[in-house]
Amino acid sequence: MPDMIKKAEEIFFRILMIISTVAIAAALLLILFSILYKGLPSLSWEMISQTPKGGFYFGKEGGILNAIIGSLYLSICSTILALIIGLPVAMYMNVFLIRHKKSLNLIRFFLDILWGIPSIVYGAFGFVIMIYFGLKTSLLAGIITVTLFIIPIMVRSMDEVIKTVPSGLLESALSLGSTKTEISYKVFLRQCIPGIVTAILLSFGRAIGDAASVLFTTGYTDSIPESLSDPAATLPLAIFFQLGSPIEEVRQRAFASAAILTFIILLISIVARLLSTKFNRNKIKF
Amino acid sequence: MNETPKILISNLNLSIDKQDILKNINVKIPENKITVLLGPSGCGKTTLLKTLNRLTDLYENVKINGSIILDNEDILHTKSDITKIRQKMGLLSQRPYPLPMSIYGNVSYGLKIKGVKKKKMLDEKVEHYLKAVNLWEEVRERLHHPASALSIGQQQRLCLARGLAVDPEIILADEPTSALDPLSSQSIEEMFTILKKDYTLVVVTHILRQAKRIADYVVFMYLGEVVEQGPADEFFSSPKMDRTKAYLKGAFN
Repeated sequence: MPDMIKKAEEIFFRILMIISTVAIAAALLLILFSILYKGLPSLSWEMISQTPKGGFYFGKEGGILNAIIGSLYLSICSTILALIIGLPVAMYMNVFLIRHKKSLNLIRFFLDILWGIPSIVYGAFGFVIMIYFGLKTSLLAGIITVTLFIIPIMVRSMDEVIKTVPSGLLESALSLGSTKTEISYKVFLRQCIPGIVTAILLSFGRAIGDAASVLFTTGYTDSIPESLSDPAATLPLAIFFQLGSPIEEVRQRAFASAAILTFIILLISIVARLLSTKFNRNKIKF
Repeated sequence: MNETPKILISNLNLSIDKQDILKNINVKIPENKITVLLGPSGCGKTTLLKTLNRLTDLYENVKINGSIILDNEDILHTKSDITKIRQKMGLLSQRPYPLPMSIYGNVSYGLKIKGVKKKKMLDEKVEHYLKAVNLWEEVRERLHHPASALSIGQQQRLCLARGLAVDPEIILADEPTSALDPLSSQSIEEMFTILKKDYTLVVVTHILRQAKRIADYVVFMYLGEVVEQGPADEFFSSPKMDRTKAYLKGAFN
């Protein structure tokens, strides 16, 4: 009899797992399908090659080039800045602070809290900084805010990967006479490239997809930003404004904008994956 | 053993979190010999090995006192660059840890760090040391392939070559054959007996037969203390301490 129960339990949980997995895959497909279904009719060359005509609530004509360019500027710059700041932090934690478990746990705890803070709070914080320094709503203010917002994501996801490097590799590299800095950038970085690429993608995805942090800081405009001090449009806000429009055609264009945003993320993911497999072959499996 | 030892360990105590790991260790490691640190698991032999090139710096809450003299310099209290001292000692771990790069990259890594830049020089050294560990014939066609593609036994020999390339005086080996198949183990042991002409070797093992095969000098440890030490033939034929006798009879592992 206990065998029967065990078997039933096994079948029950297996079915549960299959259902959950299928549900998640189905959700992704459903989102993609509905975006494409509703967005494709409005998706045109005009949409991605022109700036809007007629304002963001009423613009039926032109395109969202302003938001595409604005979003790319914003997210690429923020991701690069966050990488420049974040990678040394993650390396410092795992190569230099390795024998200071208490400090390490404290840093991880702080970063996790920062990760958990909603982006609208970062937006408000960025706004305070802007007022303090007398900055106007601009691309620069947006980049600073979004960088602050994605640094914890960047650092913690890199940290989780670098953490898995066995201490034997560190000991071996030290025994060869390398300094800890050399180990960070010549050994650990190579070993962790695929994971670091994932961390960068995750951060980029958050940067390009977030609306709340740029609402007060980057502002919105119909034109393409020409300098860091210009305000800039972003895709999430474009979607937000278009969806809020009273005009049916404009609302439909929101889905086209969403499709473009999704497509950009997809494209960057694929390119980054291809690049990282090139380095992946050197990774040692422990 | 009257000649001056390569490494002189005196009154070494080590504790982690106030728990004593090594207690009053006094050991003379002879030059150009294989010294085997023998003992059951958890007796502190690996810790002692790692103290020699200060990998214990990576441990948390560790307290060390005593002295380890190498070339008239106390490793534990030296003001000179620890990376330089570490370069005098190659390390072979329990399982191979190749660097995440090509076979060539692994062997040339230490050289590049030391500032060797000339391609020709690097090529020569890589070939020389791969030959020294009998790996050259197996990998000469794929020097620029990832080291991860090698078998575990080949990886361990690569790690030995990589360590030798830095031109150390001492080779530290921490149960270097424990992850290997019998054939690879045998080849590592054979290499050790050849290498002792030019290097001083310190090998940690808990395999009694291995110790008998390769040791010139034996340090037997138990629960953080050195129970007995001496030249291998004396140690194995006429042990003095009761604990050693019991261990050699296989009373505990």
